[in-house]
Amino acid sequence: MSETAGKTLTVAAVLCGVCSVLVAGAVVVLKPKQVINADLDFKKNVLMSAGLLKPGTDINEAFKEVEPVVINLETGKVAEGVDPKTFDQTKADKNPDFVESISKKNDIAGIKRRAKLQKVYLVKKDGALDQIVLHVYGKGLWSTMKGFLSLDKDALTVRGFNFYSHAETPGLGGEVDNPKWIAQWPGKKIYNEEMKPAIDVVKGNVEPGMPNAEYKIDGLSGATLTSVGVENTFLFWLSENGYAKFLTNVRTGEIQ
Amino acid sequence: MKSKELLLDPVVKNNPIALQVLGICSALAVTSQLKQAAIMGVAVMIVTGVSSAMVSLIRNSIPNSIRIIVQMTVIASAVIVADQVLKAYFFDVSKQMSVYIGLIITNCIVMGRSEGFAMKNKPVASFLDGVGNGFGYAVLLLAVGVIRELFGSGKLFGVSILSLTTEGGWYQSNGLLLLPPSAFFIIGVLIWVLRTYRPEQVEKE
Repeated sequence: MSETAGKTLTVAAVLCGVCSVLVAGAVVVLKPKQVINADLDFKKNVLMSAGLLKPGTDINEAFKEVEPVVINLETGKVAEGVDPKTFDQTKADKNPDFVESISKKNDIAGIKRRAKLQKVYLVKKDGALDQIVLHVYGKGLWSTMKGFLSLDKDALTVRGFNFYSHAETPGLGGEVDNPKWIAQWPGKKIYNEEMKPAIDVVKGNVEPGMPNAEYKIDGLSGATLTSVGVENTFLFWLSENGYAKFLTNVRTGEIQ
Repeated sequence: MKSKELLLDPVVKNNPIALQVLGICSALAVTSQLKQAAIMGVAVMIVTGVSSAMVSLIRNSIPNSIRIIVQMTVIASAVIVADQVLKAYFFDVSKQMSVYIGLIITNCIVMGRSEGFAMKNKPVASFLDGVGNGFGYAVLLLAVGVIRELFGSGKLFGVSILSLTTEGGWYQSNGLLLLPPSAFFIIGVLIWVLRTYRPEQVEKE
């Protein structure tokens, strides 16, 4: 095998050419399918938190009842001049025009900053508002847990939630995915009588007769820090820095 | 060597994980669920087979001074294509496996077969050798996956077999098995069993 610099360069160039065509071709051909998948996956998570995903549900069909709306957290109103169809939350979370840092005192969820524009999902039933699905995220023990919290139209009662992304310890903190644990959330109240965020993940089990049982959730055994993380995530997003103003507007009927 | 030997030798006689001790990293990462282990196994089989065949096809024109880089380029291209196909057709699984598909590039088995076999053999033999080694890897991955998923979360392929205490059943799951270090113990035990059964695999002092 003769080995000259020229031959080496030629082989390298031809190989790179062939491989890049192969890789680029695969990406271009498969892109549409991947976009559809990512979109379906997203809709699935929204529907799951709202408890609308049953075996055999057509995701696109069920999502027709869901209306995305972009809101401004500072005013609690629908953001003017933003089209929810084209609004990209991931991009907005990085856009310096929208992102505001959160003071240390208020940053209970450990996320440092958040976009003031947030996409929320209004789930309709026969044309009337039935549920509100909010995007929430915050620090657990190891990871940022991201999920959707679904509230009843009274903006007070939990209807469901699920985390679509987290990396907590499997078997301990990872039990935030456990359907049995999630099943105790629906029906709990998120605000107390003074309209302060009140949801409370306690150590041990919640007995029905306990005072304030309507705000309390069983802690995950062996996963105190994850449990506290879930609580703080919700407390943050339900506070004045989160969706509190928007939820007040829902209760007064300003948003339907 | 005959095709059958090329395909089946790497399963027990010359297993890439158990005897050559290659590809341990991903064996720890993706074996907590059988479904992931199975898809990873198939992906490695295809990638090793295809990249070995491609390297073998151009083996006579690869300049010796850049042969490792050439092999790496071929392998990397095959892995990216595999990753894109998974994203398009097995979205859920590819989301769970995230970076580990991309990390097939660094799986020593793929590189080892290109350098150790495909550079000296014909394309068909190299393809079979690659598929065989990928298969040996897959078999071990599945064995580890069965143990970890069954005793770690009481399931096989996501179907409940042992009902868990956390879901009102009787089986107290073993949390250690869900963590990556447990795969080390299981692979260690499997290697021990294999070498007791086939003493010729024990390294000479």
